[in-house]
Amino acid sequence: MIMRKTFGLAAGVLLATTVLAGAETLTIATVNNGDMIRMQKLTDDFTAKTGHEVEWVTLEENVLRQRVTQDIAAKGGQFDIMTIGMYETPIWAKQDWLVSLDDLPAEYDIDDILPAMRGGLSVDGTLYAAPFYGESSMIMYRTDLMEKAGLEMPDAPTWDFVADAARKMTDKAGETYGVCLRGKAGWGENMAFLTTVANSFGARWFDENWKPQFDSPQWKEAITFYLDLMNDAGPPGASTNGFNENLSLFQQGKCGMWIDATVAASFVTNPKDSTVADKVGFALAPDTGKGKRANWLWAWALAIPAGTQKEAAAKEFIQWATSKEYIELVALKEGWANVPPGARTSLYENPNYKDIPFAKMTLDSINAADPNNPTVEPVPYVGIQFVAIPEFQGIGTAAGQEFSAMLAGQQSAEEALAKAQALTAEEMEAAGY
Amino acid sequence: MARAVTTQRKTINTTVAWGIGLLIFFPILWTILTSFKTEAQAINDPPLFLFFDWTLENYTVVQERSDYMRFLWNSVIIAGGSTLLGIIIAVPAAWSMAFVPSRRTKDILLWMLSTKMLPAVGVLYPIYLMFIQLGLLDTRIGLTLVLMLINLPIIVWMLYTYFKEIPGEILEAARMDGATLREEILYVLTPMAVPGIASTVLLNIILAWNEAFWTLNLTAAKAAPLTAFIASYSSPEGLFYAKLSAASTMAIAPILIMGWFSQKQLVRGLTFGAVK
Repeated sequence: MIMRKTFGLAAGVLLATTVLAGAETLTIATVNNGDMIRMQKLTDDFTAKTGHEVEWVTLEENVLRQRVTQDIAAKGGQFDIMTIGMYETPIWAKQDWLVSLDDLPAEYDIDDILPAMRGGLSVDGTLYAAPFYGESSMIMYRTDLMEKAGLEMPDAPTWDFVADAARKMTDKAGETYGVCLRGKAGWGENMAFLTTVANSFGARWFDENWKPQFDSPQWKEAITFYLDLMNDAGPPGASTNGFNENLSLFQQGKCGMWIDATVAASFVTNPKDSTVADKVGFALAPDTGKGKRANWLWAWALAIPAGTQKEAAAKEFIQWATSKEYIELVALKEGWANVPPGARTSLYENPNYKDIPFAKMTLDSINAADPNNPTVEPVPYVGIQFVAIPEFQGIGTAAGQEFSAMLAGQQSAEEALAKAQALTAEEMEAAGY
Repeated sequence: MARAVTTQRKTINTTVAWGIGLLIFFPILWTILTSFKTEAQAINDPPLFLFFDWTLENYTVVQERSDYMRFLWNSVIIAGGSTLLGIIIAVPAAWSMAFVPSRRTKDILLWMLSTKMLPAVGVLYPIYLMFIQLGLLDTRIGLTLVLMLINLPIIVWMLYTYFKEIPGEILEAARMDGATLREEILYVLTPMAVPGIASTVLLNIILAWNEAFWTLNLTAAKAAPLTAFIASYSSPEGLFYAKLSAASTMAIAPILIMGWFSQKQLVRGLTFGAVK
């Protein structure tokens, strides 16, 4: 009896050691958003399958960006997997800071990743970060206010229609504003949005010789249009409104339209937080008929810093977290409305997902974006709402401050454009372009 | 003759003092109130003060998502350790500056303070690289050392000011009675300076507890204290004020309670020597 017990114990220990041999503890840096938090909750599934443990470091987006950049540049090795965006991926890959993800097994089905996402996260055809979720931007509008204004939103509206509708929906005395748009300074805040507006008006950040283009008539037209529209139909204090501020205005029923990230669709239609959950419609971001729409493309993706000691385990994690099976796991536990959107084609072919009201418009918006060909006229850079060069964070935020000051009434559109042109030219020259 | 204070004047003084006190405390109160609201109520316009559906949901969510005790334990070790280490180094330093000053003592004191004039970010990269080399990234010992070093000038300065108030003759008498240097500092100086040392300790624990630059930059998962716990609840996409407030309330509660119970010591120490 004792012998049997001892034997059983020894076998148990042997089994445990076999599973744990090669078991690693991965440290993953990530952002605080719904999809990432859900992934953290489901990590037990990964541990059960592979034996690897996971430690999460959750940070605010700007802090995360600064922390991981610092760590990867200094080769600090604090993280085995980093959550990075479409902006960092091409820059870091060119520096050889990231491990290539081209050798993931066939069952991962790399071809299932949406082409726009794969394009934005690859350099010379090699994937360096696997998209966990992706987004574009689109119009979210109040169906009741649109009807009251006697208008019908087309699926693919023009800026003229949007401006006209916004002015008709505005009732300043009743605190209803036709359109809520970003005004808060920052390259990822107002400049993300304004760059897409500029793209749709035929403007671009740089010409093919890296010469800044803020002095072009297209930029002037785009910025003047934005300023006039916000003055006529925007909420007061819009120069400090970013994503969260506009989200809260829209949820409280104070905006007729809001053009922002597709991910917001699930927030504004959630009756728990939104007072207008059942009155929201969706449409593609507007255009001016020049061939480019004002919608961006973004992905939060998982990447492995070069030099990590745990590359194999890190790849196993990425494979798990960005797989088709993971999407099914989330659907099973939290419902189809909560699966991470915008990464895989198969999700949009799934009949269970087609019933989600914003699914089709999200996919159409993502498909309408091409980060490798973002503008009407040719450009030397990659990126739609940003320019994928290291200098852009600084330049984008400085230019954003000028346009935010313009919206606050501290300067004219011409002054803001002239200042943006001067500061961009100076920075680019200093950077050796 | 004692100055006569009229009842009316007393009432005015009390009201003003309470008013200022409440004004200073209001952000903390607002954070605590917000932590009991839903996310929708937290952003309600006009803001809701007391009349809303109180909920503990945010605390449940925060408890589920984060290992609060681990962050708390790290905070306790880092704040306590750095203060203790600082005091051990600063007491002899302040003693020598107060009782056996040299020609350069004033300069040294000023130079020590001048290190506080450099923005921390200016030395982030050198320290980060040193930490990589020494294997100190994301360790409690590394953070304890850094926080001790950045707070050391304040500890020395505070102790120096308190020690200056103690008559040197008492220490001299102890020496005459045959006390060694160690005995003089430990049994004569320290007991007399207890209020000063206590308030220095308390202030430094608070400073180290709230320090959010180094604690965020030099930690990842293992040594992250409560500042990192709070930071993980901020979000650029989606509503987070209520949950962030719950996390903040949980993070400041221990230090708030400690401050509350030790306020007598703190005030006594800070005003030590002010009235002669």
